[in-house]
Amino acid sequence: MLKRIGLGRSKPADAQARFDESYFLASQRQLIWRKFRRHRLAMFSLVIVLFLYSIAIFAEFYTINDHHKRHVKYAKAPPHTLYFIDEDGQFHLVPFIYEMKQELDMDTLQRNYSELRSRRFHLKFFVEGQPYKLLGLIDSNIHLVGVDEPALFFPFGTDELGRDLFSRTMHAARISLSIGFVGVIISFCLGCLIGGISGYFGGTVDLVIQRVIEFIISIPQIPLWMALAAALPPEWSSTQVYFGITIVLATVGWTTLARAVRGKLLELREADFVMAARISNMGDIDIIVKHLLPSFASFLIVVLSLSVPGMILAETALSFLQIGIRPPAVSWGVLLQDAQNVRSLSQSPWLLIPGLFVIVTVLAFNFLGDGLRDAADPYKQ
Amino acid sequence: MTNYVIQRLVYLVFLLWMVSVVTFVVIQLPPGDYLSTYISRLEQAGQDLSDEEVDNLRRQYGLDLPLFARYFKWISQVVTGDFGFSFDWQQPVRDIIGERLALTFTIAILSAMFTYVVAIPIGIYSATHQYSVADYVVSIIGFIGLAIPNFMLALIMLYVGFKAYGLNLTGLFSPEYITAPWDLAKVGDLLLHLPIPIIVIGTGGTAGLIRVLRGTLLDELNKQYVITARSKGVGEAQLLFKYPVRVALNPIISSLAWLFPSLISGGTITAIVLGLPTAGPMLYRALITQDTFLTATLLMFVTILTVVGTTVSDILLVVVDPRIRMERAAS
Repeated sequence: MLKRIGLGRSKPADAQARFDESYFLASQRQLIWRKFRRHRLAMFSLVIVLFLYSIAIFAEFYTINDHHKRHVKYAKAPPHTLYFIDEDGQFHLVPFIYEMKQELDMDTLQRNYSELRSRRFHLKFFVEGQPYKLLGLIDSNIHLVGVDEPALFFPFGTDELGRDLFSRTMHAARISLSIGFVGVIISFCLGCLIGGISGYFGGTVDLVIQRVIEFIISIPQIPLWMALAAALPPEWSSTQVYFGITIVLATVGWTTLARAVRGKLLELREADFVMAARISNMGDIDIIVKHLLPSFASFLIVVLSLSVPGMILAETALSFLQIGIRPPAVSWGVLLQDAQNVRSLSQSPWLLIPGLFVIVTVLAFNFLGDGLRDAADPYKQ
Repeated sequence: MTNYVIQRLVYLVFLLWMVSVVTFVVIQLPPGDYLSTYISRLEQAGQDLSDEEVDNLRRQYGLDLPLFARYFKWISQVVTGDFGFSFDWQQPVRDIIGERLALTFTIAILSAMFTYVVAIPIGIYSATHQYSVADYVVSIIGFIGLAIPNFMLALIMLYVGFKAYGLNLTGLFSPEYITAPWDLAKVGDLLLHLPIPIIVIGTGGTAGLIRVLRGTLLDELNKQYVITARSKGVGEAQLLFKYPVRVALNPIISSLAWLFPSLISGGTITAIVLGLPTAGPMLYRALITQDTFLTATLLMFVTILTVVGTTVSDILLVVVDPRIRMERAAS
């Protein structure tokens, strides 16, 4: 506490807060939250991340059509255009779409789609549709968006088999987002255990572990991941493959975490405030609980939030190469498989949309991590 | 100094041995082996093999030996330059990997150069013009470069190249040069095809480097010695390049250690998407067909390239930075 106030360099923007009494009375958690809220980009990213995870949790609610159903009449259909102004030039507050009709170009054998302008289909919110179980428990049939029959709404278009890309992207969020989390948690446990051993014993054990870590880091990740992922037995079920992939990702991922944990432990053990606490006759348990854990916890949250995107990118890459998650299970990487060559890309560029979700997720986690790092650093005002 | 270099080289030998063990273990992980794939392929073709014939094949490929014996057999051959036989290509591994590894290495080095050439000026500019419009634009582009998966950038560039210019940007050579012997015309053709993979592979690292350089340089610019130099009347340009930039370039040099693995690693998938004749796509195919010796050799060489690159960058850092030299010499 003393250190935080004493060392903080005063800047004009903080002068106000400095004289505000609540600043001095705030707990560390309140201070972190206060600083974090000022970081607008990080706040915004937090909202995005929460929203993305809400998609992963309530995927069925966000879907429009069954994500496995093949709409043969709409194979490779482009995304629907949302209109606000109709043929007569009249403005509608609720956007609408036109039904699409497939025509086969006999010369090029390509499917072309034209809009049937005769009838407007307005978007409806919280519509009843296909029944599902919310969180696997609660029966429901409410979906966020929908249109009246007989039209079908494909905001992101469809793939080669006529499956709704939007609904598939929503469902894919489940695996793509959770694999980052589970992978990070596994590598975190490994990293803490091994990093802790390394830092605690020191000496030869520390030296050997550090050398092994350096070695693993110097192996190019993706070839190693490819080799490990290709080793998963082909007869495994989707669930087994899922955990297999997380373990593959974690076998490489723990190294950076172990290094970070060890470094921070060594640094904290020697920190001035620990010394100060010891001098003022504070018990070991008290020091650990009141000083070490809080500063360590905030550090860990930062490191974890910055390692999630790497895992998500890795899963996407592996699935894209068809050695990660296997269909019928869907992840963003699996969806991107359809966009693997120039021909299918030039015909249906919308197949890249799941990739946008990957980019947004990775960006949001990076900004969030940056914001958390700044907020958790007591010396940064 | 000499001591340190010798120490690193001894350690390098140890690392290389570890690499060989790890690659061998990794390729032994998959259930089944190349032979089972081969047999099922023969059976699909309507050819039945008797148990005796299968056993003969196993013995011929040394698959009946225990794990460590197979490792020993393999490594003793590797040391003499015999990397085994590729089941899939039906050729000795040595004959098919040379050109691919050379291209992989060339692309990685050129990508690293691209990364530095782009990142250093931009990093310096955005640090000296903090909070300017250009700084924000560069930061945003940098972040997107960091977040976009390599292969997706490759796909987007392919798409744009095809839509806007009607070009097919895959591969490293035009069709007529693929099998042609190496001559000036082929090199020229290669140079025409190189920019796309280099840009794609280099972008991720560029974004990271710009961030690092900007951060360190900003820290340096606020230091006392900069103010002292300025008050003495040193010109801004001279001041910038003579002191803070030199200090800020340090983490850039040490970054070569992680940049290199990440370039080789990122290059793998990009090469698969772009259909480059480098080690990546070959490794991918070898993994899928369980072509044991080819997988092992490729994985080993790709790792060796990175380990050697890392060692070189570590030594380079000691040569460049006197502070680190003193520290390492003391220990």
